[in-house]
Amino acid sequence: MTGDAHHLLPSAEPVTLIGVDGAALHETLPDDAALLRALQGLVTARRLNEQAYALVRQGRLAVYPSSHGQEACQVAAAQVLADGDWLFPTYRDTAAIVERGVDPVEALTLLKGDWHCGYDPYEHRVAPHTTPLATQLPHAVGVAHAARLKGEPTVVMALCGDGGTSEGDFHEALNFAAVLKAPVVFLVQNNEYAISVPLARQTAAPSLAHKGIGYGVKGERVDGNDVAALLAVLTDAVQRARSGAGPQLVEAHTYRMQAHTNADDATRYRKDDEVAAWVERDPIVRLEKHLRDRGLLTDDVLARMTEAAEKTAAHTRDGINRDVEPDPAELFAYVYAKPTPQLIEQGAQA
Amino acid sequence: MIAHEKLSMAQALNRALRDAMSADPSVVVFGEDVGPLGGVFRITDGLTAEFGEDRCFDTPLAESGIVGVAVGMAMNGMRPVVEMQFDAFAYPAFEQIVSHVAKMRNRTRGKVSLPMVIRVPYAGGIGGVEHHCDSSEAYYAHTPGLHVVAPATPSDAYTLLREAIASPDPVIFLEPKKLYWSKEEVELSAHAPAAGIGRAVVRREGSDATLIAYGPSVPIALEAAEVADREGRSLQVVDLRSIVPFDDETVCAAVRSTGRAVVVAEASGFASVSSEIVARVTERCFHSLAAPIRRVTGYDIPYPPPKLEHVQLPSVDRVLEAVDDLQWELS
Ligand SMILES: Cc1ncc(C[n+]2csc(CCOP(=O)(O)OP(=O)(O)O)c2C)c(N)n1
Ligand SMILES: [Mg+2]
Repeated sequence: MTGDAHHLLPSAEPVTLIGVDGAALHETLPDDAALLRALQGLVTARRLNEQAYALVRQGRLAVYPSSHGQEACQVAAAQVLADGDWLFPTYRDTAAIVERGVDPVEALTLLKGDWHCGYDPYEHRVAPHTTPLATQLPHAVGVAHAARLKGEPTVVMALCGDGGTSEGDFHEALNFAAVLKAPVVFLVQNNEYAISVPLARQTAAPSLAHKGIGYGVKGERVDGNDVAALLAVLTDAVQRARSGAGPQLVEAHTYRMQAHTNADDATRYRKDDEVAAWVERDPIVRLEKHLRDRGLLTDDVLARMTEAAEKTAAHTRDGINRDVEPDPAELFAYVYAKPTPQLIEQGAQA
Repeated sequence: MIAHEKLSMAQALNRALRDAMSADPSVVVFGEDVGPLGGVFRITDGLTAEFGEDRCFDTPLAESGIVGVAVGMAMNGMRPVVEMQFDAFAYPAFEQIVSHVAKMRNRTRGKVSLPMVIRVPYAGGIGGVEHHCDSSEAYYAHTPGLHVVAPATPSDAYTLLREAIASPDPVIFLEPKKLYWSKEEVELSAHAPAAGIGRAVVRREGSDATLIAYGPSVPIALEAAEVADREGRSLQVVDLRSIVPFDDETVCAAVRSTGRAVVVAEASGFASVSSEIVARVTERCFHSLAAPIRRVTGYDIPYPPPKLEHVQLPSVDRVLEAVDDLQWELS
């Protein structure tokens, strides 16, 4: 053991590469192609959030926890991964799941209510959305540790919210990952609230990234509405994890622009002007401005991106509007590899 | 290749782990003190030395983390066998077990299976202080998606553990602590045997009444049958071995053959595995019953301190009293 924790400390301020006005704050940014790819991701993710919200209002989805405002985190978390890597999302991370390649209709199956998980987790290496807070984090560590034992270069991106960091499994996962040197990047989307509870009631830590020190895990803070900074910080974290430096903790400062879900009334716990102050920090506006100022984005290019996002939205709409009659027999089919005699009997009665 | 050796249950479990690890490189063992120490009950003795630290390792002290990490490893091609140090110390892992271990296969329509074993040294009768003697089987048995087994003999301990490790589904493996040191001749196998999970076994034939027991209560039932025999009453003993899946067929055939039954279990009786057994046997065998099924269980109290645990544990006397109560005057 060494007592020196300095190298584990996050930067004093969240890393920002592109300012709110679109200006570059640093000479090295992700390359042009990466920024354009990120913008496409953001435009699609925003459109997906809007589409899903509309589908809730139309009664087609049971509920939707939107990542509106947090799209930069969603997109960057998926885009920094290689094919062999894994993503462990929460209920709020549908946009990241889709950016990773999962069909949005399959990704929304949980929220539509046809089944608990609509996609094959192995196809794109995306775990099912996890609802019990922070419980997916030890799984992420296990996948990473198994990969390491098998000599595979897998890195696991594990997502959680600011509220989730108070759960025991957050602590256990970071501690296990650190001791096992498991290649996991823990990305905390600090959107200031856990339903109604503000961050100040969640922690007295100087920042959530500081929590890494207690485990011997390097922490970093990043502007969660600056996709360029997220790409840079997360790429770095993934690379370090992949090269054997052990787990990494990244806190992204962002904001949940909408209520917790459609069922929540955010006016009961936060003021409109607080929300309004975050409008100008919108991740899409910022990147768009930056790319236009540098002559990298024309109306044409943006139109093509919007069109691609529209296609995703239309596909989502069509798929979710299509009624599939869920089969009650399925309720008994997957409980065990081989149904017990009791389940066979009950399935015949149901 | 089949060999025979006289082993205690603890040794049989250790052999099962070793043989499974030799047969399948994806089997990994981890938990608290399971490495160089070999576990507080020595069930993992020698595994780190034989298979290396990647295959058998000590973890941080955190049960939810142990089970949660096992879930991830099982998702990624491994067959984790984790040890909870004692029954009551598995509770921190309860959320992982109920919300993920039990549900992953169903959640993913069979795409993700979790071939993992959670070993739990369990139940009392060893003079253990508070938190070391809980009979926690009902919590697990109530949770769809888990297999729950409890061996009562060294042979079953070996066979059931091999089978549990080979199973595509998660298994809660309850090891009756007080039987760790009981010995018998055990048949060892190079391959995972397939016999026990889901199958009860008639341990002793008898014609007057059936004693239904599992895990730590099986020896009590057998002893009671022995005493009853001397007193002129022939008791049959059924050892469940597997609580989930439950072997209705064997249990009901046994009860129908005698027409009377007593369930013997160490756990508190209220809302328990023993109450489930009475309910299902009554539903299925009502017309064969000459008397209501009786239960001999732990009382509905927190597990007593060592000096009083004899009050809680089913005893031969309590079993025989329950048998005496089976309305013999009506037959
Ligand atoms: C173990 C557990 N407790 C409570 C809940 C109910 N719940 C769902 S989301 C939520 C807030 C989580 O906040 P945070 O982690 O910040 O994520 P966010 O919703 O802001 O993305 C709560 C309390 C839950 N899902 N799991
Ligand atoms: Mg939050």
